[in-house]
Amino acid sequence: MSFDQFEREVATQDPSLEDWNGLPPIVAAEPDSWSSGLIAREIAKVPVPSTQPMPGTSLGSGSPATLAATDVSAWFGSRKVLQRCSLRMEARQVTALIGPSGCGKSTFLRILNRMHEVIRVAKVAGSVELDGVDIYGRELSVTQVRMRIGMVFQKPNPFPAMSIRENVLAGLKLSGTKSTDRDALVEECLTRAGLWTEVKDRLNEGGMSLSGGQQQRLCIARSLAVRPRVLLMDEPCSALDPISTRVVEETIQQIADDITIVIVTHNMQQAQRVSHQCAFFLVEEQGVPGRIVEAGATDHLFNQPSDERTLAYVTGRFG
Amino acid sequence: MVAPPVGFSDDPSNDIPIRPADNPTVGDRIFRVICVASASVALVIIAATAIFLLNKSRPALAKTGVWHFFTASVWNAAVGDFGVLGLVIGTITIATIALIVAVPLAVGMALFVNEYAPPRIGRTLTAVIDLLAAVPSLIFGMWGYFAFKNHLIPVSRWISDHLVAIPFFRLSNATGKPDFTGSSMIAGLVVGMMIVPIITSVSRDVMARVPREQCEGALALGGSRWAMIRDVILPYGKSGVVGATMLGFGRALGETVAVALVLQNISYQANPHIVQHGAGSIAANIFLRFGEASPLELSALVASGVALMALTFTVGFAARRVVARTTRFS
Repeated sequence: MSFDQFEREVATQDPSLEDWNGLPPIVAAEPDSWSSGLIAREIAKVPVPSTQPMPGTSLGSGSPATLAATDVSAWFGSRKVLQRCSLRMEARQVTALIGPSGCGKSTFLRILNRMHEVIRVAKVAGSVELDGVDIYGRELSVTQVRMRIGMVFQKPNPFPAMSIRENVLAGLKLSGTKSTDRDALVEECLTRAGLWTEVKDRLNEGGMSLSGGQQQRLCIARSLAVRPRVLLMDEPCSALDPISTRVVEETIQQIADDITIVIVTHNMQQAQRVSHQCAFFLVEEQGVPGRIVEAGATDHLFNQPSDERTLAYVTGRFG
Repeated sequence: MVAPPVGFSDDPSNDIPIRPADNPTVGDRIFRVICVASASVALVIIAATAIFLLNKSRPALAKTGVWHFFTASVWNAAVGDFGVLGLVIGTITIATIALIVAVPLAVGMALFVNEYAPPRIGRTLTAVIDLLAAVPSLIFGMWGYFAFKNHLIPVSRWISDHLVAIPFFRLSNATGKPDFTGSSMIAGLVVGMMIVPIITSVSRDVMARVPREQCEGALALGGSRWAMIRDVILPYGKSGVVGATMLGFGRALGETVAVALVLQNISYQANPHIVQHGAGSIAANIFLRFGEASPLELSALVASGVALMALTFTVGFAARRVVARTTRFS
């Protein structure tokens, strides 16, 4: 596949792709009036340091960590899509990012594990710290960051050329990580993702032979196998039926004790069911970047929000 | 009229499987006729070609015997003794050398354009490669001829001096100064240059179709770019790359003028010493002999063409089988 192709599409503003990236529908190349004082970093150019373990953590520990984003802004080319967003995502908490389409919440999520920069025209500013370590700094390489901060995508994406078992172990293979007891790891991850009983007799079948909901749980199992400390989920249930959605939500609640979870969702009930804290993103008027309007405990945000726009959104009056 | 019962009924009387009738429009019917006609004409042409070739090749095959023709290595027009085994092996040797050179170059180029090149350069290169793939390979052949013919001779000498451990690179025991011109290796390299663009173009196209979410999935698990290429892009693109390689192989088998220019004269014996003079190829032989051939030799040339066609089919089918066997879960 070609990221260039995608880039071209972003550049030409193919409307069908806007949703995918949570881009606002308006294009005008804005002069960066907001960016004064901020330096857009060319992330892709940051040199990758040699393998250097992150202080105080090892791969096997898998303890949840706090993720702190400070003054995060994002651009596609010269177009700013996210304006100085700051949010603390506490360990052992599920944080939901909510807001209408195109408000930048997916972009914000992708900045949290350096997936935003996969698109070549993408730039960021601000900082993201994982238990105090800057994930854009020299201490961690991109691949180390992504192993510690995993991601589950909107559309289930098991690898078609791999079996169910190989899909679970794909992260180890991709990152060149050794593992002593692979069978136990496969069982553990599939169990935690709520899929083990359904697939334990067909581990060598192709990953695409599963239903959509099962595929998504396989992707969760796959993410768990590299023992991340944070798991980012980008509308993980939007392609699933209600029953699969429920199973995935139960999975989220079960793994939340061990892994910090950040979830983007369009489903208000889901946000209320699974999250402890919430951040509401909004593009205030067409053409300006998205920003966090309000963030706080989920109960608070849904029952007595401080901002009237939050109230309007969570009660279904727009969006 | 009785209203149908709600829910389902156990009455089997209406429960007969039928295929609903298709009622094509006039446009559908006309288009169908056009398609059927086109397909028939194409098939008839292919069949006619095959029959014509077989028919034309009968005199030579009758003279030498079919078994002798395909298992002997001899070409003696004066006495009417023909056997193409040496030519077949020579053809395969040259095409294989061409693939060994061309496939890694082409796949590397395709991956560079797709994954590593800056967008603008990548787009330009894509267009250039697609155009080059459409350029008649003779053009590259001419370049390869002038670039390789003489300059490769020291390389051939070095290889024969230093890589003696590999049997193919040894020199024959013949006495006298070794002749490095007109070797399988030079011909293979020239042909390799000719087929790089087509293999690059087709395999790049296939590998660019890997779904974006597959690649992102690999990166999000902590895979490096190389790991993503190895575990996602190459497995996904494998059948396409093999297909592109077969396309290149077919072209390599059929390369005529450039090979004839390099070889100058045809060796009808299989020659395992690939850096040394003495190589043959069916297509080049047809090209070099056609003008002055007697009717019987002409018939033998056509028969060698049949052998080339059979060779292409065999290799193509073998490749498809290999791909089908090694492709998982589909």
